[in-house]
Amino acid sequence: MGAVVGTLTMQTKQRRPTRDKTDDELEMTTVCHRPEALEQLESQTNFCKQELQILYRGFKNECPSGVVNEETFKHIYAQFFPHGGKSLCHHSCFSHWCHHIVFCFVDASMYAHYLFNAFDTTKNGSIKFKDFVMGLSILLRGTLREKLEWTFHLYDINRDGYINREEMTEIVKAIYDMMGKYTHPALKGDVPQQHVDAFFQKMDKNKDGVVTLDEFVIACQEDEIMMRSMQLFENVM
Amino acid sequence: MATGVAAWLPFARAAAIGWMPVASCPMPVAPRDHRRRQDELIVLNVSGRRFQTWRTTLDRYPDTLLGSSEKDFFYNEETKEYFFDRDPDAFRSILNFYRTGKLHYPRHECISAYDEELTFFGIIPEIIGDCCYEEYKDRKRENLERLQDDLEENKDVKLPHMNFRETMWRAFENPHTSTMALVFYYVTGFFIAISVITNVVETVPCGSTATQKDMPCGERYTVAFFCMDTACVMIFTVEYLLRLFAAPSRYRFMRSVMSIIDVVAILPYYIGLVMTNNEDVSGAFVTLRVFRVFRIFKFSRHSQGLRILGYTLKSCASELGFLLFSLTMAIIIFATVMFYAEKGSSSSKFTSIPASFWYTIVTMTTLGYGDMVPKTIAGKIFGSICSLSGVLVIALPVPVIVSNFSRIYHQNQRADKRRAQKKARMARIHLAKTGSANAFLLSKRNGLLNELLELTGANASEQKLPKSSCLLESQHHHLLHCLEKTTVCESLQIISPPSRFFLNLLTCIPLQAHEFIDEQLYEQNYLEAVMQSFPARRVSVSSRDGATPTCCGGRAKRNAALPNSARQPGPNQQSPLQELSAIHIQCADRPSHSTSRSKLNLKADDIGRLNCKGGRLTTAIVSLPSPPVLTAPDGDNLHGPPIHRPPPPSPGPSIQTTTSSANVIKVSAL
Repeated sequence: MGAVVGTLTMQTKQRRPTRDKTDDELEMTTVCHRPEALEQLESQTNFCKQELQILYRGFKNECPSGVVNEETFKHIYAQFFPHGGKSLCHHSCFSHWCHHIVFCFVDASMYAHYLFNAFDTTKNGSIKFKDFVMGLSILLRGTLREKLEWTFHLYDINRDGYINREEMTEIVKAIYDMMGKYTHPALKGDVPQQHVDAFFQKMDKNKDGVVTLDEFVIACQEDEIMMRSMQLFENVM
Repeated sequence: MATGVAAWLPFARAAAIGWMPVASCPMPVAPRDHRRRQDELIVLNVSGRRFQTWRTTLDRYPDTLLGSSEKDFFYNEETKEYFFDRDPDAFRSILNFYRTGKLHYPRHECISAYDEELTFFGIIPEIIGDCCYEEYKDRKRENLERLQDDLEENKDVKLPHMNFRETMWRAFENPHTSTMALVFYYVTGFFIAISVITNVVETVPCGSTATQKDMPCGERYTVAFFCMDTACVMIFTVEYLLRLFAAPSRYRFMRSVMSIIDVVAILPYYIGLVMTNNEDVSGAFVTLRVFRVFRIFKFSRHSQGLRILGYTLKSCASELGFLLFSLTMAIIIFATVMFYAEKGSSSSKFTSIPASFWYTIVTMTTLGYGDMVPKTIAGKIFGSICSLSGVLVIALPVPVIVSNFSRIYHQNQRADKRRAQKKARMARIHLAKTGSANAFLLSKRNGLLNELLELTGANASEQKLPKSSCLLESQHHHLLHCLEKTTVCESLQIISPPSRFFLNLLTCIPLQAHEFIDEQLYEQNYLEAVMQSFPARRVSVSSRDGATPTCCGGRAKRNAALPNSARQPGPNQQSPLQELSAIHIQCADRPSHSTSRSKLNLKADDIGRLNCKGGRLTTAIVSLPSPPVLTAPDGDNLHGPPIHRPPPPSPGPSIQTTTSSANVIKVSAL
C-alpha cells in the first residue's frame, strides 16, 4: 500500500509545474508602477515640487508597489478613525430603551469605497500616484467650482449625472457608519433620512427628485455655512 | 491613529469635503501650522556610522526617544548632528522600525543586548513584527531560564541567619550542603532499597517444609519480614514527619507529589496494623500490599534522571494523550473488522469485539503472542494491515516525546556544567577586580612614601614613585579616602576636656578612622600585636613632635617607633580599649607586589566589625579615658609643630623608621 501511495504522490508532483507557470505569470504583472516625471506632475497639478515629493514619499511608503488597490485604500483610511474603523465597540446605553450593553459598529469602509471610486478616474480598480495627486490637487488647491464638481462626482455613485435619493441615502449612511451606528433598531434609519431630506430640500430647486450638477453648485454657493466650512482646506498641505 | 500613515493625513482631511454638503452646522476652525517647516534631513551619528532620515519619519512615533524632544539631549551643536554612543548594528533595525513601522529582531543579535537597545530608545518589544516575534520570545525565555538557573545556585549559599527549621529544610533539599544531610540521604536511600528488596524476596518460594510445599519466604519467615518492614516504615515515617516539620509551607508540601508518594508508601502498613483483626477484608488487605511497591518511587528524590523522566512525561501529556486516542481508535476499528472477518470460521477465538481487542493490541504493538490467530484469508489480510498501521501510529508521537526528554536532559546537563564552571569563572573575575582594589592601596602607599621621602629630604628624584595614573583613578581614591575619614569612632567623647582642648588644636584629625587595609597585613598585624601586647600593655606614645595636622588627605601615617624597648606601662594601660595598631607599609622596593586580597569591597558593617572589636587590630585605635597624657591618636601627623604635652613617659621619639628584617615600616600609634 505504501507503494500505491508513493506513486500517487508522484503523479501529483508532475502536474504541479504547469500550475506554477501560470502563477508566475500572474505575479509578473503586479510589478511596481512608476509615476510620471516630477516636472510633468508639477505642471498638471497645483502643487510645488517639495509638496509632491512629500506626498510621493508617503504614498510609496504605504504602497511600495506604486499603486493602491481598494483593500489597501480602505485599510489606510480606516486607520484615521477610532478603533481603526470596522470594529466593534460597545457602549452601555442607559436610556430607557435599553438597559444593556449595546454594540456599535464603526465602519469606514463604505465611505472609503466611494472615495476610491472618486479617485480612480480610470476605473481600473487601482489608484496610481497620478490619480491620487490630481484628486488632491483639486481638493486642496482647486477653485471652488472644481471642488464642488468633485464632490458632486463623489455623490453620484453611478455616474449618470444626477444624484437621486437612494445615492444620497447611501452616502449619508456611509458617513454615519464612520461615526458608529447603534444597531438597536429604534435608533436606526431615522436620523440619516432627515439629513437626506434636508439636503434635497436645499439642493433640489425644481423638485424633480434628482439633483443635477448646476443645481448642486448653485445651491452650495448660496449656502453660507458651507462656504465657511470650505476654508478648512486652506492649509491642509 | 497609526502614526505610520501620518503622511496620508492631508488626504484624509481633503476627503472630508464629502461631508460638507451633508453637514447642517458649520465645521470647526482648522488648526494652523505656524511652523511651516520644510521636511528636513536629520543626521544620526551612531558611534561613527551616520544614518540620515527625514524628520517626519522620526516624528511618527512621538513616544520614543528619537521621536520626542529627548533626542535634543544628544544634539551636537558643532557638527549639527545627533550623536549616540551605541551599537550601530542594532541601531539599524531600530531605524528601520521608524521607516517601515515594523520592528524586526535580527537573529544574530544577543537577546539581552537587543533588549537594552530597545529600552534605551524607548521602544517596547511587544511591537516586534509577527515574523520575528516568535524567535524573540523563544530566545528571551531561554535566557530567562538560564538566569533562573543561576539564581537557584545561590540556594546553596548558607544565609547567615537561618533558624533550625530552615537549616533542616535546606539539608533535606540539598544533601550536599552538610555531612549530616548526606548521611541522612544515603541512609534513606539504603532503606528504600531494603524495603523494595524485601517486598520482592517475600514472594520467592523458599523451599518446602514439613507442612506445605514451596511456601514463599514471606510466609516462612513471617516474623523476620515483619520486623524488617516495621523498621523501614519507622524510618520512612520519621523522615516524613521531619520533612513536614521543616517545610516552609506545610500545606504546599503536603500537596506535592513526593509527599503523596511518601504517604502512599507507608499507609498500607498502618492500615494493615489496624485491620489484622478483621478476617473478611483480608482480601483487601492483600491488595494493599501492592501499594508497597510505590516505595520505589521514593528513589526519585535520589535520582535526577528519574525526575527528568517524570517531568518529561508530564510535559508531553498532550502527545501521550494523542497517542492513546489514536491507538484506541485504531484498536476499535481493527477489532471490529477482525471480528466480522473471522465470524465465519469455526472454532474461532474471536468471540466478540472486545475479545478481539486483545488480538488487535498485541498485533499493533508487534508483540504477536500467537494465542489468537486469524484463520480466514480476509482475516489474515486485515491482520497484516493492522500490524503495519500499528507500527506507524506508535512511531509518530514518540519522536516528540524523545525530543522533549532530550531538551530537558540537556538543559540539566548545561546547568550542572555551568555550576561547575561558575567557581572558576568567579575566581577569575575576582582576581580581575582585586586589581582595581590594589590600585587604591598602591596609590595610598605611594602617596605616603612620597611624603615620607619629602620629609626626610631624600632625593626625590631617586625614588620617584609613579603618581596616580589618571584623573578618574585619583578621584576614585579620593572618594575612598573620604569614606575612611568619615568613619570616625565615637570614642571621641570619652576624652577628658583638657585633652580635648589639645585635640581641637589639631583640626581635621580623626581620632579614629577606619581604613582599608590588606587582609594579609591585617593578619600579620594581629598576630604580632597579640604576641607583643600580652607581655605588657604597651603604650607607645606616638610621637607627636613634628606632627602636623593634615586635612583629609589621608596622607602619611605617622611613623613612630614601635618601642619594643619602650615597655613603659602608660598611665592608661588599664583601658581595655587601648590597643595597638600597627600599620605595616611595605617599602618602595617592592611596590607593586600585592598578592593579598584587599578588603576594599568590604561592606561597612564588616569594617566596623573589624575595627571596633576588642583584640582586633586595624589601623586606628581607640583612645582612652582620662589620662593626663594626651595620647595622640593615629593621625596624619607627619609634619607639624610639636604640641605641648604633659611629659611623655618615654622620650618622644622623632620619626624613626624602624626597619625590621622584612623591610617594613611599622607605624603605630596610640
